[in-house]
Amino acid sequence: MSRQRSSSRVGPLAGKPHASPPLDVDALLDDRGTNIIVCCGSGGVGKTTTAAALALRAAERGRKVVVLTIDPARRLAQSMGIEVLDNTPRPVPGVAERAKDVGGTLDAMMLDMKRTFDEVVEGQASPEKAAQILANPFYQALSSSFAGTQEYMAMEKLGQLHKDARKSGRWDLIVVDTPPSRSALDFLDAPERLSSFLDGRFIRILLAPAKGPARLMTAGLSVVTNALTKVLGAQVLRDMQSFIAAFDTLFGGFRARAQKTFELLQADGTAFLVVAAPEPDALREAAYFVERLEEEHMPLAGLVVNRANRVPTGGLSRDQALAAAERLDAEPDADASSPVTAGLLRLHADRTRLVARETHLRQRFAAAHPHVPAAVMPALSTDVHDLDGLRLVGDLLTG
Amino acid sequence: MSSTTPNETDWEDVLLHVVTGKGGTGKTTVAAALALALASRGKTVLLCEVEGRQGIAQLFDVPPLPYEERRVASGPNDGGDVYALAIEPEAALLEYLDMYYRLGRAGKALDRFGVVDFATTIAPGVRDVLLTGKVYEAAYRNKRSKGARRYDAIVLDAPPTGRIAQFLNVNSELAGLAKVGPIRTQADSIMTLLRSPRTAVHLVTVLEDMPVQETADGIAELHAAKLPVGGVVVNLVRSNELDDEARDQAVEDGLPRGLIEEDLRRVGIEPTGTMLDGLLTEAREHAERRDLEDEQRKRINELDVDTYELPRLTDGIDLGGLYELAADLCEQGMA
Repeated sequence: MSRQRSSSRVGPLAGKPHASPPLDVDALLDDRGTNIIVCCGSGGVGKTTTAAALALRAAERGRKVVVLTIDPARRLAQSMGIEVLDNTPRPVPGVAERAKDVGGTLDAMMLDMKRTFDEVVEGQASPEKAAQILANPFYQALSSSFAGTQEYMAMEKLGQLHKDARKSGRWDLIVVDTPPSRSALDFLDAPERLSSFLDGRFIRILLAPAKGPARLMTAGLSVVTNALTKVLGAQVLRDMQSFIAAFDTLFGGFRARAQKTFELLQADGTAFLVVAAPEPDALREAAYFVERLEEEHMPLAGLVVNRANRVPTGGLSRDQALAAAERLDAEPDADASSPVTAGLLRLHADRTRLVARETHLRQRFAAAHPHVPAAVMPALSTDVHDLDGLRLVGDLLTG
Repeated sequence: MSSTTPNETDWEDVLLHVVTGKGGTGKTTVAAALALALASRGKTVLLCEVEGRQGIAQLFDVPPLPYEERRVASGPNDGGDVYALAIEPEAALLEYLDMYYRLGRAGKALDRFGVVDFATTIAPGVRDVLLTGKVYEAAYRNKRSKGARRYDAIVLDAPPTGRIAQFLNVNSELAGLAKVGPIRTQADSIMTLLRSPRTAVHLVTVLEDMPVQETADGIAELHAAKLPVGGVVVNLVRSNELDDEARDQAVEDGLPRGLIEEDLRRVGIEPTGTMLDGLLTEAREHAERRDLEDEQRKRINELDVDTYELPRLTDGIDLGGLYELAADLCEQGMA
């Protein structure tokens, strides 16, 4: 549904493929004006690892950092000391020593979506009312599985961390990972979707009987309530009404918070990094994102392309390598050559082809979005699951 | 119909193939390839997506799919067909209301008052019941529904592994919300199909730590929800250009540089130092990756499910590539 909003493309209407301007990641991290970095992009492109690596690098360059992750790989979470889902930022073990000379710190936390939602309710309602809401089955469904709750709560938590940072001075940089949404844009829309729902006509219909005057029950309304009773059953409808009646007083607060977070994202101290892999789908999603951020006047710092194959050295072309491999295979005496040579040549040909394809995809992206700086992160041959791995990612990201 | 007798396949009695996988593993591609593979056996297949991404249209290079079954591929000589459908919860709800309650005007009123929007975006259980409900309707169409097409198999490009058990377990998602009532009855009948041997939930993964972990977690969750686990499709498998010995040597920088140099020279390539360094580095990185993949493959084998492997296509996925993958699935007995 978010997709339908930006129906037309935004960007130059003519342009040849070319390289993107380089993204200076260290300059971004070192800039004290940068308070928030949001990593977004489609699922499976390495957002979480990128966010963690940036946070670690910033800390070791003297920033006081907190990183909010959504769903890190288990071993990475363990190595960052955040396998306990308790919604509280904790110092990452093994960082203090290295970062202390430059005055940096690193805290990390994993988002507990339901806990965050509960806390918002508890913070806004009287204790009795909060208890009543938390026990309602509709609230439980909404807070644990509404498509968009995770996105919304990630932004809510960001708002809280930002407020904390302001007050206590504990952090000067917040790095946020975004949930692996159906669409990368969901987290921008979630607050608005929730508040427009809370404002919706249907809510007012449901509230009408609770609020009294029967004159509101127009003919149209009774058609609706009858139909609902028929489909859902009277019990469900009653639960729904009591949930909405209880939640009613909180609507204003929710809307105000969503609006504030949205403004925070638009502020100068925020930098969005769109993360992608050099694949058509991921780059298409990245392009949607870039266009949407521009539309909403959100500060876009650049694009990070993960998992790029390294450009082969030595100047051997794909065709040369394949032809040579064929010639080796065709040699009458099989023992004459080392069996690995043909294999090496074919690997090289494969790599060269992949790199050409990836470069082409990136250049097409750059042609459509010429002003978006990009950093290309070479694919690693091993998984990242500890701080050293994250440091390596940081090094590679910065050149 | 093709004249050859179809081989016995691993999922002969399955009507509903649910395909899930972590983001980036290519679950839509695998779902499409599976649909083609089934159709190649002469079946009429429906390929559904539920996430509003129009991934099927992109793969088959056709305009965005409406909420309507459209043929996207058909075999020669009256062979099988693949129809595609993008299920939208809003449209499914209105259709559902019309079909079961003959609501007509009232249905439109519901829409006007934002009820449809409410039901499909806010009450998550309701949304999933509607999506799976449409699949159920297509699966159990009978001759009485006039003009409706009947399918031999349905392939569902489902939400990602992290959400699959919750998505399919519509019953428990609704449990807190609707203990009785018509929507509950509907959920119960969907659940009966989903838990039956007529359904198989296949998981797509790649040979990397996190996707394999999610696959293992997903299987455990499916078992816990009593949902039938199908096969694991290992996607994007790298080609195997070096044998075990050469890979060991490559990792330890022990490949015979001198011999390789001679070989190259003999076939007309003048090797430079950087060229040799480059080739050996590529070999080492390849070997390290393969070692890691072997570890993951071992973990997958321990899951004790049928597994299938699909190659990484160097040129990416186009329609031709999709047919190639479908043939691979046929060869391995998945369809």
